[in-house]
Amino acid sequence: MTHALIKGETGEWEMVIGLEVHAQVIANSKLFSGASIEFGAAPNTHVSLVDAAMPGMLPVLNQHVVEQGIKTGLGLKAQVNKYSVFARKNYFYPDLPQGYQISQSDHPIVGEGIIEVDLPDGSTKEIGITRMHLEQDAGKSVHDMHPSKSYVDLNRSGSALMEIVSEPDIRSADEAAAYVNKIRMILRYLGTCDGNMDEGSMRADVNISVRKPGDEYGTRAEIKNVNSIKAMTQAIGFEVNRQIDIIEDGGEVDQETRLWDPVKLETRALRSKEDAHDYRYFPDPDLLPLELTDELIERIKATLPELPDEKKHRFMNEFSLNAYDASVLIAEQNRAAFYETVVKTAGDAKLSANWVINELLGALNKAGKDLDDSPVIAEQLGQLVARIVDNTISGKIAKDVFADMMESGKDADLIIDEKGLKQVTDTGAIEAIIDEVIVNNPDNVAAYRGGKDKLFGFFVGQVMKASQGKANPTIVNELLKNKLS
Amino acid sequence: MTDLTNLTIASALNGLKNKEFSATELTNAHITAMENARDLNAFIVETPEIALKQAEVADVRYANGTALPLDGVPIGMKDLFCTKDTQTTAASHILEGFVPQYESTVSGKLWDAGCTMLGKLNLDEFAMGSANTTSHFGNVINPWKDQTNPNIDLVPGGSSGGSSAAVAARLCLGATGTDTGGSIRQPAAFTGTCGIKPTYGRCSRWGIVAFASSLDQAGAFARTVEDCALMLNTMCGHDAKDSTSSKQEVPDFTKALEGDLKGKKIGIPKEYRVDGMPEEIEKMWQQGMDWLKDQGAEIVDVSLPHTKYALPTYYIIAPAECSSNLARYDGIRYGQRVEGEDLTDLYELTRAQGFGEEVQRRIMIGTYVLSAGYYDAYYIKAQKVRRLITQDFENAFEQVDALLTPTAPSSAFAIGENDDDPIKMYLNDVFTVPTSLAGLPGMSVPAGLDSKGLPLGLQVIGKAWDEETVLNVARNIERAANFTAKPQILGVSKAA
Amino acid sequence: MSLTRDDVKKVARLSRLRMDDQQLDELAPKLNGILGFIEQLSEVDTDNVEPLSNVARSTLPLRDDVINDGECRDAVLANAPESEEGFFAVPKVVE
Repeated sequence: MTHALIKGETGEWEMVIGLEVHAQVIANSKLFSGASIEFGAAPNTHVSLVDAAMPGMLPVLNQHVVEQGIKTGLGLKAQVNKYSVFARKNYFYPDLPQGYQISQSDHPIVGEGIIEVDLPDGSTKEIGITRMHLEQDAGKSVHDMHPSKSYVDLNRSGSALMEIVSEPDIRSADEAAAYVNKIRMILRYLGTCDGNMDEGSMRADVNISVRKPGDEYGTRAEIKNVNSIKAMTQAIGFEVNRQIDIIEDGGEVDQETRLWDPVKLETRALRSKEDAHDYRYFPDPDLLPLELTDELIERIKATLPELPDEKKHRFMNEFSLNAYDASVLIAEQNRAAFYETVVKTAGDAKLSANWVINELLGALNKAGKDLDDSPVIAEQLGQLVARIVDNTISGKIAKDVFADMMESGKDADLIIDEKGLKQVTDTGAIEAIIDEVIVNNPDNVAAYRGGKDKLFGFFVGQVMKASQGKANPTIVNELLKNKLS
Repeated sequence: MTDLTNLTIASALNGLKNKEFSATELTNAHITAMENARDLNAFIVETPEIALKQAEVADVRYANGTALPLDGVPIGMKDLFCTKDTQTTAASHILEGFVPQYESTVSGKLWDAGCTMLGKLNLDEFAMGSANTTSHFGNVINPWKDQTNPNIDLVPGGSSGGSSAAVAARLCLGATGTDTGGSIRQPAAFTGTCGIKPTYGRCSRWGIVAFASSLDQAGAFARTVEDCALMLNTMCGHDAKDSTSSKQEVPDFTKALEGDLKGKKIGIPKEYRVDGMPEEIEKMWQQGMDWLKDQGAEIVDVSLPHTKYALPTYYIIAPAECSSNLARYDGIRYGQRVEGEDLTDLYELTRAQGFGEEVQRRIMIGTYVLSAGYYDAYYIKAQKVRRLITQDFENAFEQVDALLTPTAPSSAFAIGENDDDPIKMYLNDVFTVPTSLAGLPGMSVPAGLDSKGLPLGLQVIGKAWDEETVLNVARNIERAANFTAKPQILGVSKAA
Repeated sequence: MSLTRDDVKKVARLSRLRMDDQQLDELAPKLNGILGFIEQLSEVDTDNVEPLSNVARSTLPLRDDVINDGECRDAVLANAPESEEGFFAVPKVVE
């Protein structure tokens, strides 16, 4: 339960949050032009005359983007609308060359859906999706290159965005974070958005209001420029308190757009009031309604991958994992695939999960590496875990072998062989070591036999040390017990 | 040698083929005419050097026997078509100095077919007007004179007033136009020329400065129906760059011209008998019916009950689209800029000083009808009535093959006459706007002169994609009318 | 419905057209005249009529997702009133 109530001077307050997630669609070219959408190009190079809104230029819709939109709708378990309409959203801004954004208003390509989000306490919550539509991204204004001018780069102008609008079902910053994470995960699974918040390919606007529990919704403010989950959490925290303070001081919250300032850690009003927006949406006369066939929708449905929730439940059932481990493993598609390969090679699902989560991800994290760049590939890790399972090495030795593998990229078997780490399971050899330890420690043997049980660990340690850690611990325990009794 | 500027496109092509004259000679004759008739102000920019270069290449092709369909035909290009490396202004100050880095699809097709470009033709600013009196580059003067009052200058119609005046005064053999609510047909009627607006979607809109996207359609001016058909053959066709461009096959329109009208039914919409229509126009309409009957057509009374609402519908939809289409003229990426204190200043000053009064009025109306609280009452309502108007035509075309109406409710009027009353000006388009709203093909063909000696036009309206019947009916009117009168001002008059 | 000067001012602002009071005063009656004219439409019974936004008698074409445009910065900037270092330049925007 993350339903957080905030204590104010006049009692407890509840926050009501709805999110608009803008996700750049993975494609080669823009929504309505053949210019590249690749990130990081020199200014105004990935710009066609259509993107620059030259007189007489006209939009032509990108089929792949439409298919990506359908795929996303299906992935969000939402209604895909067979009839949708592109409309113009009219406003003036230097990075909006047409003077309008081509978007979808009354008839979006995707309607209502529901997603299940995973909360930090292990519980889940359903958040409603209101709609998802396709729209053009704006260009970029750069304000810090000249003292009195802003510079406009239209490279991003006209790239395809999906705007996913949630119901106002979110009640805490944790839920908001979990929601964005889940959306990001689903889109990455689908291959419709890379979810890269640093490059701006996923951004969120936060609609937020406060109310006394059980009351009607309060007036909401929309917060823009929220470019990371951390920023979103901070912005929600600031904005909720700002609104509560206003109301408790007898004021009223204005319905307005506010900007998150990541430096000052505050939100502030974006545009002056007399400039209130009136977007004058109307169907774009340069385009006709988008009509989808059942065949197309079915064809795309057939290409859907196993989605995060399905995979999580399968991992819990098939591999007897707990919800937490399953969630960690399915967070990324490549991670889940890596894990499944490890299990296939090693056999032991639970042990494989521990190794992937604790050892591998831990080591990669420390090294600042992605899974895709891991020096140890899934088959190799599987082999290592298999050697624990078949008693070739102990778990402790395995950690040393793993460290070596991360360094050298060598196979586990090779390292075990080269370094002679194979576990000793020959009872005769172990007995010989035990006998030696007993001979060398007469005082402790006497003490143990006199009732000092705690000394058993000392003997195990001595035996392991003498075997350089290679003696099979189970056999050592058994034999020691016999010899000392 | 015959007066080369008095040829039709068809006869010029014959003469070129038969080496009676060269493309360079033909083009030079028109350059001289264009220069002689500068008082008409038909051209915003003259491009004789481009025309001559094109003519030179055309002559090579004629010599090689590889001539193109319209090789060496000198035409004028309405300055709404973007032309690569040649200033394109839409007759607006805000685009003064704008040099496109691209060629519109339709103009490109004409150059590819061998036409030579004499220059960019004047028009109403952003094609908004019915008299060519809203151009930043000045009024265009109709080469025709009122015989009862020959000292006053008349309007050439609008918005394609430069096109109509230039074709009428023999400054070019043909010209392009665009028609949003009558901008080809009404000026054609005012100047005794032929003008055709094909079905919406026939000609690509790519590279044409947009006024109202759901209505704008390119078309042709020429002095004969056949010449219009020749131009359309080149101008029409699917363009993947325009999402509203049709894949409908383009026939050879010249093949549709011959043949009488036996078995054809021509509808006469009763709602076009508007109050206060001059008797002369009423008579000309009747004359047209008689001609068609003589050619074997059956005249059928039809009803287009929502005709009366076409103009108010148009004056919601067109300004709404224009308010959005003209938002891109903000002084940032091209065109004129007026510097200001801040960005809002820059926008507001640039646009206030860059756009003329009529354009600003339409932007304001369009902004208003789309704004919150009024959208349903105005815009959605207009779209619903637009459907009813379209259905009226569909119903009528179940009974008839084409419709015959007057093109305009008057002949050409004096410059300045309707300027202070926008609604009176809008009424010029009362007969042409319904066709535009329904996206149907329409053509004006000269039918005769009124008592002032001014030309009157008849309009033929066809089913969607049936320009062939429109051209066929128009050709029959042309033959019967035998319109040979010429305007008082001709480019050739000062020559030689 | 009749537009006041304030209404006209608001519309001018939305349209980004600078107008002084005199212009607003002159424009208001003209706009009201046009609005009065278009309001004739209220007479028409449009119950159960679907709005018609485009008469193109075809379906929306889609294009393949290939890069075949852009990379033409010179053409993009050729007509710019002010450009610097490959950017369009405008007076500083303060958000």
